[in-house]
Amino acid sequence: MRRTDPESPTTPPDGRPLSEQPRWRKDFPIHLPEDEYVSRRDFTKFMVLTSLAFVAGQFWILLRNATRKAQAKPAIRPIVAVADVPVGSVQTFQYPGPHDNCVLVRQGESTFVAYSQVCTHLSCAVIPKPEVDRIHCPCHEGQFDLSTGRPIAGPPQRPLTRISIEILGGMVYATGVNRRVV
Amino acid sequence: MKRPRFPRHERMTIVNGILSIVMTIVILQLWLLTATMNAFLGGDQSTLAPAALASLICLLLNAGLLRYLYTLDR
Repeated sequence: MRRTDPESPTTPPDGRPLSEQPRWRKDFPIHLPEDEYVSRRDFTKFMVLTSLAFVAGQFWILLRNATRKAQAKPAIRPIVAVADVPVGSVQTFQYPGPHDNCVLVRQGESTFVAYSQVCTHLSCAVIPKPEVDRIHCPCHEGQFDLSTGRPIAGPPQRPLTRISIEILGGMVYATGVNRRVV
Repeated sequence: MKRPRFPRHERMTIVNGILSIVMTIVILQLWLLTATMNAFLGGDQSTLAPAALASLICLLLNAGLLRYLYTLDR
């Protein structure tokens, strides 16, 4: 790469002559265009490093999946008494862990559905609206079908994580977690 | 000094070609990563290992091209 002035030890970024530059720029000359110049080889090397980072990400996901599989299945836990949940109402609960917020909706006399309250778009808390048969995410106006948990409007692409429930002896029990892609 | 195998203008064409291929492969890997993350979040485990293997193959291709790039001037 040629310098504009072969006598000048540096090319100042403000374009002023060397005599008007601070002393340190004369003492520590750096040819700035050369310093900023990235050769195609260097750029290719950078792209290969990016490729390596993506591979690391892939194997990280694989590792996370392995640890998830190694975890024990969540225990069956009672949520609420059937009599305490009127038809068309919503009950919140935590399952499987204390920070995993979920919602239980009684759609009919014997119809219950339960989902994770975490929106599959950007993890906002969703709000069930049984009167319109929908689950609404207020952050980006996502809409899920109440009966299936599948996205029907807005940016979410994946269905809500479904919580398996069973009714035994007048109590509603959470029995498992069901993540879905479609 | 040993003369390079290709004249300069041909080498630049090869370099540009290699860079284009590498960038295409990296973009493919980016798509692969986002698809894998989507599958993992949805609980689909069947695609994770093949995707990781495919990404590794892409990296090996990129590394091979980079190695060839550095041997061009020898």
